[in-house]
Amino acid sequence: MSPDQLPEIIAVKWKLWTLIVALGALTFALRFSFLGVIGARPLPPMVLRLLRYTPMAVIPGLVAPAVLWPAATGGETDPVRLAAAVMTVLAGVITRNTLASIGAGVAVLFGLPLLLG
Amino acid sequence: MPSPLRAAFLRGLAASLPFVLVIGPFGTLFGVVATGAGMTVLETMGFSVVVIAGAAQFAAVQLMQDGAPLVVVIFTAAAVNLRMAMYSASLAPHLGLAKLWQRALISYLLVDQSYVAAITEFTRNPDRPVAEKVAYFFGTVSLVVPLWYLSTWGGAAFGKAIPPDLALDFAVPIAFLAMIAPVLRTPAHYAAALVSVGGTLALWWMPYSSGLLVASAAAMVVGALVETLWEKRA
Repeated sequence: MSPDQLPEIIAVKWKLWTLIVALGALTFALRFSFLGVIGARPLPPMVLRLLRYTPMAVIPGLVAPAVLWPAATGGETDPVRLAAAVMTVLAGVITRNTLASIGAGVAVLFGLPLLLG
Repeated sequence: MPSPLRAAFLRGLAASLPFVLVIGPFGTLFGVVATGAGMTVLETMGFSVVVIAGAAQFAAVQLMQDGAPLVVVIFTAAAVNLRMAMYSASLAPHLGLAKLWQRALISYLLVDQSYVAAITEFTRNPDRPVAEKVAYFFGTVSLVVPLWYLSTWGGAAFGKAIPPDLALDFAVPIAFLAMIAPVLRTPAHYAAALVSVGGTLALWWMPYSSGLLVASAAAMVVGALVETLWEKRA
């Protein structure tokens, strides 16, 4: 990849390192939040419940535009990428296994174009 | 190390073994994807050593490639890690009386795998001394975390050998979907995931990928509400 195609944050070094340090500091703060304070009062159950849903609330939305409108095809929906995403989810739900899920998705991503010629 | 502590450490180590299979490929993939996006090996290692949170690291790379501004990347990727506060709260009754430096080190090393292994053990044996619980926790991370660094480095250093015409841009979505799909179990999970996807797509017109944050907040509330309603019904 030539430098002029790089995402801006990766090309501008101070921005990239600000991201790394800030994300590291915020993540540490979240991890240290209760362990750091002796005798911390337990969180209300509703707050714990909300926090438990963060991966399920953030990650599907993060992925959805990349599945439907991939930047690599200029935003055109690509049947191969879409099929690979669907297979990844199906395999994950059926096998309950992350590696099997990745394997199924990758097999479709690289196998389907070969089948279709 | 006195023998009860050594035994606890070794039991923690054994409990972490199944995770070793997952961490290696994920670390390698992050190394490949990050250098593929244009980062140097040092910058890639910076992520894996300073942040050590795979999902947030992949999220940061995806958002940078979407062209989101710095502040949005920082806060959205950190939002992926909000669950760490829940881990911290649930471990505090077991590890809260450890020495401060131990609690700081435990916090740095608190990843999904060490949390799951540790809380399972502490719930089963709540009355063990704090020192044994600390030793157990350090056992759960002493393979997984070095392997995370090493596999990231391997992916970053040797990823350039991968032919550029492979659809590597799609490795990140596949990795994310493979993290989420195996834990899609309850109606509340499905509801949260649907609101997250529907909301983000509907709000895609909002500037700087900020629709994702709004949709995520809504999805958290919906997930928690559906769980509450489901419990009442049962």
